Amino acid sequence: MSEFLSEMVSFFMTRKKFWLLPVVLVLLLLGALMVFAGSSALAPFIYTLF
Amino acid sequence: MKSEPCYILGVSAFYHDSAAALLCDGIIVAAVQEERFTRKKADDSFPEHSIRWLLSEAGIGLEDLNAIVFYDKPFLKFERLLETYHHFLPKGLRSFLISIPIWIKDKLFFRRLLKNAFDKIGSDYPKILFAEHHLSHAASAFYPSPFEDAAILTIDGVGEWGTTVIGKGCGRDITFIKEIRFPHSLGLLYSAFTYYCGFRVNSGEYKLMGLAPYGNPDSDRTREYIDKIKTHVIDIKSDGSFLLNMAYFNYAVGLTMSQDSKWETLFGLKRRLPESDLSEAYMDLALAIQTVTEDIVLKLAQTASALTGSENLVMAGGVALNCVANGKLKQQPIFKNIWIQPASGDAGGALGAALCAWHIYLKEDRVVQTPDSMSGSYLGPSYCRRDNLNTFRKYGAVFKHYASDDLLIADVIPQLEAGKVIGWFQGSMEFGPRALGNRSIIGDPRQPDMQKKLNLKIKFREGFRPFAPIVKEEAVSLFFDYTGDSPYMLMVAPVKESIRRPLPDRYHELPLAQRLYHLRSDLPAITHVDYSARLQTVSKTTNFKLWALLDAFEMVSGYPILINTSFNVRGEPIVCTPEDAYRCFMRTDMDILVIENFLLIREDQPPFEDIQNWRDTYVLD
Repeated sequence: MSEFLSEMVSFFMTRKKFWLLPVVLVLLLLGALMVFAGSSALAPFIYTLF
Repeated sequence: MKSEPCYILGVSAFYHDSAAALLCDGIIVAAVQEERFTRKKADDSFPEHSIRWLLSEAGIGLEDLNAIVFYDKPFLKFERLLETYHHFLPKGLRSFLISIPIWIKDKLFFRRLLKNAFDKIGSDYPKILFAEHHLSHAASAFYPSPFEDAAILTIDGVGEWGTTVIGKGCGRDITFIKEIRFPHSLGLLYSAFTYYCGFRVNSGEYKLMGLAPYGNPDSDRTREYIDKIKTHVIDIKSDGSFLLNMAYFNYAVGLTMSQDSKWETLFGLKRRLPESDLSEAYMDLALAIQTVTEDIVLKLAQTASALTGSENLVMAGGVALNCVANGKLKQQPIFKNIWIQPASGDAGGALGAALCAWHIYLKEDRVVQTPDSMSGSYLGPSYCRRDNLNTFRKYGAVFKHYASDDLLIADVIPQLEAGKVIGWFQGSMEFGPRALGNRSIIGDPRQPDMQKKLNLKIKFREGFRPFAPIVKEEAVSLFFDYTGDSPYMLMVAPVKESIRRPLPDRYHELPLAQRLYHLRSDLPAITHVDYSARLQTVSKTTNFKLWALLDAFEMVSGYPILINTSFNVRGEPIVCTPEDAYRCFMRTDMDILVIENFLLIREDQPPFEDIQNWRDTYVLD
């Protein structure tokens, strides 16, 4: 996790898109909730643009 | 004392066409796509089988690697996703709810995801590096090319942000000069038309390209479609840059490619359902988008030439596999030399990423090789005599062994002349989407019914699909309006007037079947309806056995040319092992199978016990 956080900080420092920071934080919190809820993130995709 | 060799592993995965490539001191040791092992077309899973094979091929373990490089940057991709959803708000909620959980749970922690995957192979490995997607493509195009300097053009669907890049390569440096960014994408535009014409995105683009020549270039409808595309769908500038009218597309934040209702209104044509009949209108639409694509590629090439001043061009990215556009580009006096990476899709990104680490991260100089550094793209697994015999034993196969290539070829030639279809399995498997003569199905291009037989009874695919010729490199200009080499089947050129046969009056108004089976040249099976052919030239030095086969065929027929199509059926990855080859041979109406110097005749084989409905195991592409 520490490696991820340091990479994330480095990413924001490089890209300077700080408005994305709260978005990412909220999504990470939601993600943590989802992991605790144990739901599956796997879903079929038609196009792999993401 | 000699220093330890430096091994670099490149990896592409988790989107489509997973692959891995290995360099040793900057030299390409081997490269392979995961689909060939897992037998799942365009497999996007972590390429564990590929990596294991690469390591065993080099006789090393993960701990011997000096670097591992992934072919794109996940954080940048995530940034693009968030900004795109933000831009298109409130649209895209459904897509957001599907894609974001995957990112939050897995893809955002990409390094951990990769480490977990590598942990299954070994516990000791170097730091994982990340190269940008288009830099990986650019590196895969420039570094293996035979040029000291070159303009670089990479065009695909999308990487992180970039969809089209113009750059320059010089020595070991790559510099990006211009970039077109998502959502404006030539690759995705072509894919949207692929989707609208009823083919699968990410695999059906070839079909659309093959369908385009059936369109009528002189019809008002084709002209109208071209005009409508250029007026309403895409705004093309004189330098080849473009803006898509996103009102016509749904891919940015949706789960389909096009806004069907808008397309229906614009073109007066409903989206074609997969596998349904192909009307003339779809053929004209295919021709229209192909024409527009060629126009853009030519303009981009002109800009690349002007910006770089180089007489050489290298290309990669999925759109670089549009060999019709490549052929048109070669006819233009824009560049003196053109070299295209044979694995131009995302699989080739694995190779490019590894090359980035060697030349950019480690700052090692290039050694330029002629004709290139790809070893004919024969970079995959090969199998020994024992492997072949084990397969034959397993299935009780009846075979004949030849002591030399000459003796084998002497027996194969009469079979070809008799119109037999032959599975030709030799040496190392090809890296990239094309079979280049080592995992190929070959036949006599003079046979009038060969195209039909190959499409319907052997490949089980659509009847309109064309077949490509392989020709001795030194003889290409005798039969095609083409000079130079085309070793990777990435150039389309017209067949010579001298071997053409006239078309009947109002040819374009005839039904598809009549046009398809009209004999257009002395080599009907490889001559497309517009007299074009997708060329692969075979060099004596790169693939001597295949060259010798063509040479022997020339002795009896006067043509050093054979049909070459990939050794697989529709929806199946190209065969990898002798067992894959035998299974494919027995499942189809192929007449002969040649594996190295073993020859197997269908009639001699014991009954083949197969799983029921084996064709359902392959998803139709």
